[in-house]
Amino acid sequence: MSTEIEAQGVAPGVNLQTHGKRRSYLVGLGYAVVLTLASFWASSTDVIYPPGVPILLGVLAIAQMGIHLVFFLHISSAPDQTNNILALAFGVFVVGLLVFGSMIIMAHLNHNMMPMDKLIQMQR
Amino acid sequence: MSAAEQALATGDAVPLSLKGPAPKRVVAGYGFWLFLLSDIVIFAALFAAYAVLSGETAGGPTAADLFDKRHVLIETACLLASSVTCGFGSLAVQSGDRTSTYFWMMITFILGVTFLSLEVSEFGHMLMIGAGPSRSAFLSAFFTLVGTHGLHVTLGLCWLIVMLLQVTTLGFQPMVGRRFFCFGLFWHALDIVWIGVFTIVYLGAHL
Repeated sequence: MSTEIEAQGVAPGVNLQTHGKRRSYLVGLGYAVVLTLASFWASSTDVIYPPGVPILLGVLAIAQMGIHLVFFLHISSAPDQTNNILALAFGVFVVGLLVFGSMIIMAHLNHNMMPMDKLIQMQR
Repeated sequence: MSAAEQALATGDAVPLSLKGPAPKRVVAGYGFWLFLLSDIVIFAALFAAYAVLSGETAGGPTAADLFDKRHVLIETACLLASSVTCGFGSLAVQSGDRTSTYFWMMITFILGVTFLSLEVSEFGHMLMIGAGPSRSAFLSAFFTLVGTHGLHVTLGLCWLIVMLLQVTTLGFQPMVGRRFFCFGLFWHALDIVWIGVFTIVYLGAHL
C-alpha cells in the first residue's frame, strides 16, 4: 500500500515513515521556540545595529515558516512531492508580487504626490 | 500483448499515465493544500494593506503605543503549542487511538480558545480606549488583518468540535481520517500566518 502511494505522489502532511513522526513535531517545536524567542529578543535589544533589525526579523520569520512547512506540514523535496512544491512555489510567487508590488507602487505614488498645502494653493 | 499491457504485467515499470487516479486521500490533501495557498494569498493582500497603511494614524494612537510584547509572546506560545498537540492528535487519528485522539485534540482546542480569548481581550481593550477600526487607516488595516486571522482560528475551533463529534458517532472511517487530516493542515497553516502577524504587526511596531 505504501509503495502504491509513493508511486503516485503524496499529499502534504503525509509522512510515510512509521517511526520518528512524533520526534519530527518535537524537533520542529524546538527550532520554532528558538526562532520565536530570537525574534522577540532582536526586536527589543540594543546590541544589534538598529537599521539591521528589520532584516534580521524578516530572516527569522522566513526561517520559522520554513521550519513549520518541513516539520509540521511535512513538505519536502522528495520526488513524490513535486506537485506540492510547485503549488507552494506559485503561492510564494503570488504572495511576493502582491506584497512587494503594493508597497513599491504605493511608495512611488506617495513620493510623486503633490504636498497638500500646494494642492490647496493651486485650487484657489 | 500491447506495450501498455506488458508494462502492467511486469509491475514496477508502469508509467504514471497508466496507473489511474491517485488515492482519494492524496487528491483530498492536494486539493486542500491548494485551498490553503489561496487562503494565504488573501492574507498577503491584507498584509500588503497593513504595510502600506501602518503609518497612517490620523493623529491617533500609533502601533508602538498600543501593542504589548509580552501579551503577544503568550499568544504565540499558545498557538505554537496547539500546532504541536494537533500534530500528536493527527498521529493518534492515523493509528486509530480514540483516547489519545480526544486527549490531544482537546488540548489543541483549549490552547486555541486561550489564544482567541487573549486576542478578544486585546481588541476589547483597544475599543474601550477609543482605538477601534474606525479611528484611523492604520487601525482599520490592523483589525482587518488580525481579525481575519482570529476568524480563521474561530472557524478552525468549530471544525475541531465537529470532527471530535464525528469520531464519536462515525468512528475512524476513512472519510473521518481525511477530514481530520485536512483540519491538521489548516491548523498548521494558521500558525504560519501568525508568524507573519507577530513579526510584521507586533514586533515591527517597536522598531
